[in-house]
Amino acid sequence: MRNVQATQLMFELSRPGRRANMLPECDVPTNSLGDLYPASTLRATAPELPELSEGDVVRHFTNLSTLNMSVDTHFYPLGSCTMKYNPKRNERLAGLPGIVDLHPLQPDESVQGMLQLLYELQGYFAEISGLPAVSLQPAAGAHGELTALMAAAAYLRDRRESRINVLCPDSAHGTNPASAKMVGFNTITIRSRADGSVDMDDLRSKVDEQTAVFMITNPSTLGLFEKQIRAIADLVHSAGGLIYLDGANMNAIMGIARPGDFGADMMHYNPHKTFSGPHGGGGPGAGPICVQDFLEPYLPVPRVEKRNGRFVLESDYPKSIGRVRSFQGNIGVLVRAYCYIRAYGATGIREVSENAVLNANYLLARIKPLLPVPNGDRCMHEFVASAAALKKEKGITAMDLAKRLLDFGFHAPTVYFPLTVPEALMIEPTETESKETMDAFVRAVETILGEDAAAVQAAPLSTQISRPDEVRAARKPVMRWQASQ
Amino acid sequence: MAYLFNTVEDVREMLAAIGAASVDSLFDCIPREYRYSGALEIPPAMSEIELTRHMEQLASRNQGVSRNVCFLGGGAYDHFIPAVVDHLAGRGEFYTSYTPYQPEVSQGNLQVMFEYETLICELTGMDVSNASLYDGASATIEAVLLAMASKPKCTKVLVPDNLHPEYRQVLATYLQWTAYELVVVSCPDGAIPLDNWIQQIDESVGCVVLSQPNFFGIVEDLAPVAAVAKDAGAVVVAVCDMISLGILASPASWHADIVVGEGQVLGNPLQYGGPYLGIMACRESFVRRMPGRIAGQTEDKHGHRCWVLTLQTREQHIRRDKATSNICTNQGLFALRAAIYLALQGPVGLRETAEHCAWKIQYLQQQIVQNERFELRFAGSNWREFVVRDLDNDVSTLLKYCRERQILAGLALETWYPDMRDCILIAATEKRTRAELDQLVELLNAAPRQKEVSHA
Repeated sequence: MRNVQATQLMFELSRPGRRANMLPECDVPTNSLGDLYPASTLRATAPELPELSEGDVVRHFTNLSTLNMSVDTHFYPLGSCTMKYNPKRNERLAGLPGIVDLHPLQPDESVQGMLQLLYELQGYFAEISGLPAVSLQPAAGAHGELTALMAAAAYLRDRRESRINVLCPDSAHGTNPASAKMVGFNTITIRSRADGSVDMDDLRSKVDEQTAVFMITNPSTLGLFEKQIRAIADLVHSAGGLIYLDGANMNAIMGIARPGDFGADMMHYNPHKTFSGPHGGGGPGAGPICVQDFLEPYLPVPRVEKRNGRFVLESDYPKSIGRVRSFQGNIGVLVRAYCYIRAYGATGIREVSENAVLNANYLLARIKPLLPVPNGDRCMHEFVASAAALKKEKGITAMDLAKRLLDFGFHAPTVYFPLTVPEALMIEPTETESKETMDAFVRAVETILGEDAAAVQAAPLSTQISRPDEVRAARKPVMRWQASQ
Repeated sequence: MAYLFNTVEDVREMLAAIGAASVDSLFDCIPREYRYSGALEIPPAMSEIELTRHMEQLASRNQGVSRNVCFLGGGAYDHFIPAVVDHLAGRGEFYTSYTPYQPEVSQGNLQVMFEYETLICELTGMDVSNASLYDGASATIEAVLLAMASKPKCTKVLVPDNLHPEYRQVLATYLQWTAYELVVVSCPDGAIPLDNWIQQIDESVGCVVLSQPNFFGIVEDLAPVAAVAKDAGAVVVAVCDMISLGILASPASWHADIVVGEGQVLGNPLQYGGPYLGIMACRESFVRRMPGRIAGQTEDKHGHRCWVLTLQTREQHIRRDKATSNICTNQGLFALRAAIYLALQGPVGLRETAEHCAWKIQYLQQQIVQNERFELRFAGSNWREFVVRDLDNDVSTLLKYCRERQILAGLALETWYPDMRDCILIAATEKRTRAELDQLVELLNAAPRQKEVSHA
């Protein structure tokens, strides 16, 4: 159903002289550029952009879009990414004139509606987290981690404490240690026990007067609630350290448990996960952070405040770490989060988490007889199955199983993460999937497990391409098109 | 509830399959003492009709640029966005997919990333582009960290004060946790003073950051400025506007090693400051430490050309604390929009758009200084924006007067430059018509003057 042109590069479709998007005649005097600018600053030759008609462009990108799996078209149980339904109303509302067309440097008086929205959203984030002070600035979850760690470092500096270590469990997202490094901390890995919980003996041996922050993902990347969280927090706090909560998995506990109540001093949200911001083929996200009162003075600027009934962007905080990006934040993502929260309301938000956990436990119950799930009978919003036995018995790896699922019309789970489970398949159905969809997914897994190893290892068979050579891509990198190709 | 699926019957069957008595019991793993028993202080649910009305009410209390005339710049610009960009980027297969971890079902996104990378390389003259960072400011700090990592003996980062003030603030925020020192060179005449610049350059400078055009809209001859830095061993980071590159020399031609920029101008809406698009491209020697995703070409097992994420050993999910950056999610959707925008523009459209921006401000500058109240603050060749000095020193009254007449006239520079409290930064894109330019000039001339009383 696809002709050769459908997957050609835009550069290969280009023909000299073809074009789209004509500007009007210029209605002011048109001087020669040579009269306006020094010759040395002007381009001698045009950049080699493609020359295409508008119809070419539309067909090209439409064809490319059909090569993707997406939430709109497929079940996408990519663990840790919370691939839930992205409400269409949010797209329209975030695109309203007066929302999408505000310049970031307009005076506060001309954006009172927007500032009110952001102010209210700060309140909702604080309420769900149980942490009172909020910054909407960070651009993504990893950026939120970085920002919060800077705030922690500024707090410690203010107290003249030279604590240099950030502790992360071995099951943590890679962003945690990478963020810590960027703020100049050393990172120390804490072992997990077989059941996914923090090894308290290991933690105890590593918490000391050098401990700045313990970063924990709770619920964890294994989809388990860390029951020792209070003991962990007490241990770290009594040594003078702080607790950072990676909020990647907040979809499991909204309205059910609040990080501020179980010991967290700071956390970030991933609104593109929890609050339905579209994932956009790899972003944009946003990474708002919530912190305890004592960290508030260190939050980045600007912040949205309410003064005498008016909303203002305020930057006058002498202890602030400063600015972490240009302008105010990933507002488009935050507006969608606001719409999402308002559509559900207080009780609805709690039902989101209840249904996310119900769906995950149902899928766990159905998958467990087929594939071992090393960590327990119950889960929160996701669980991690292991193909280790399958690999040993039949030579089928987690990746093989993932690839074969594509043939059945299912996006694969996250594979090989967390690193603590061999041949990991991390499965997160989210609350916006039906029982029938999950049942069909289970049947597909069951069918695949009954297939010959060779058939599974040959997968996928139904996609445009199969098993690209990633080693070659890395050894001889070709990272742009060139005319000679 | 709004977007949920499960019926009462579903819930019953699912609980039976799980072997649980109730949904609540699924949360027994959370110790009782941490369970939140209260009701969240969030307003009750709204239907789509109610929410639409509510959002329209909020929107009506904002002065958007579609119903006002925008002359604001300073790093975000009111360029035209063709309908095709919104239409294509609004396809669910693009905007509801995620990072292409499974290349077989992500070839659309991967090919777009590869095309985007090629387009950015063409514009900048660099060898390699990544698939995006957060925004122009965060791309700039990432470029500085990349540059400094390649110069282990150097401690200084040298920037002129005509680099976007917010970018400089972001550099300061990040660098306070490193061993690097941020040194700012003052530019009293708008452009970088070459003599002072040379005096600041020595072997302790690991990188310099130069912007073209600079924050005041001045197009500078940066080749000699970059050359002295390069000769002293520093890495040259260029902050460029991508539309200006339709007419301006590529930064590669003036010795840049790493090029970054704000990609909002490439078909992305203003949306009050984000999400935007951080552009980063570099010479090949930097690629193995460059942050962010990169799509590369390869072949599949049948020998078909295809695309994958490549050089992932740079990244945090593999290297953890040894990674070159902590970045994970980036701005894929906005890189897509930029690719569509540039495909529509082509070399001629981009050149013409850049020319219109040049001509519009040329005309506007000439008209504004007809009034003796105003003068151009800096000599020089400007593109898309320029600084006007109000000799009455009454910028806030001027801007307010215009805003009340649906004209967002410019930015008060006092915000960032205390000694420029009589100055306004005015921008005009290809969207501005001669009638709108004339209207701005009329309003600036008609605004009430406090000094008239004393003149009389």
